[in-house]
Amino acid sequence: MTIREMAERLEATVYAEPDQLDIDLKGAFGSDMMSDVLAFADDRDVLLTGLLNSQIVRTAHMLDMSCIIIVRGKKATEEIKTLAVENHIALLETKMTMYEASGRLYEGGLGR
Amino acid sequence: MTENEPLHFHYDVDGNNFTSAGEASVQVKRMLRQMGFHPDLIRRISVAMYEGEINMVIHAKGGDADVYVTPECITVVLKDVGPGIKDVNLAMQEGYSTAPDNIRSLGFGAGMGLPNMKRYSDELKIDSVVGVGTTIEMKFLPA
Ligand SMILES: Nc1ncnc2c1ncn2[C@@H]1O[C@H](COP(=O)(O)OP(=O)(O)O)[C@@H](O)[C@H]1O
Ligand SMILES: [Mg+2]
Repeated sequence: MTIREMAERLEATVYAEPDQLDIDLKGAFGSDMMSDVLAFADDRDVLLTGLLNSQIVRTAHMLDMSCIIIVRGKKATEEIKTLAVENHIALLETKMTMYEASGRLYEGGLGR
Repeated sequence: MTENEPLHFHYDVDGNNFTSAGEASVQVKRMLRQMGFHPDLIRRISVAMYEGEINMVIHAKGGDADVYVTPECITVVLKDVGPGIKDVNLAMQEGYSTAPDNIRSLGFGAGMGLPNMKRYSDELKIDSVVGVGTTIEMKFLPA
């Protein structure tokens, strides 16, 4: 599923360059614990998280992930946005909970 | 780059700044990319080093990170003068953590750091003395 389609399904606010929207990802991993992400996530996964600090971007960057979805209506800080741009990571913000956002992506075929 | 003389890179890890934790790993990742190592190898190194760097910040008071690079082996040495680890075998177990709740609310302290470092490295050595400090050495071999 492309990042563009994820954004549509999650009615998300997008912070990304146009070319990033065409990136096609294979699965997803959702957690607020970054060590769990570091243990289990794949570089072709999108990261769903409700955590809001610079380490979400570092974690994604270490794993070569290309997109982070911030759930539960939280707003990315300027610091997060800057780090994401620096590391070419797309940011999506959705009002949905982790459960609903995951469900919508799964329903759309992501990770199945 | 020759086998006898590894390239050496040194980084100070600031123990007072959670926000900047991981910057050394970011620099190492960039440097290894420039050198042309395989992305899978770089991912293993940067994830393992990042966990170690985070540990130095949340459990010790920061420390020194040294990376030695040859075409055959990348060695990461993380040294701190923090409280040390009382029972290394226990600390290696998935889920074991002494991190306080405020660290968990920052996304770490799930007790997966050391297991991740073991999972992603080809060799992990922990030398820790309570009250003196901890030195962790990880080796990574290109496939
Ligand atoms: N550099 C260190 N100095 C002192 N104690 C450490 C250090 N690294 C790890 N530890 C101890 O080992 C435990 C397990 O570490 P880890 O697996 O990374 O889990 P976490 O960091 O989530 O607690 C820590 O909770 C801590 O008690
Ligand atoms: Mg840890």
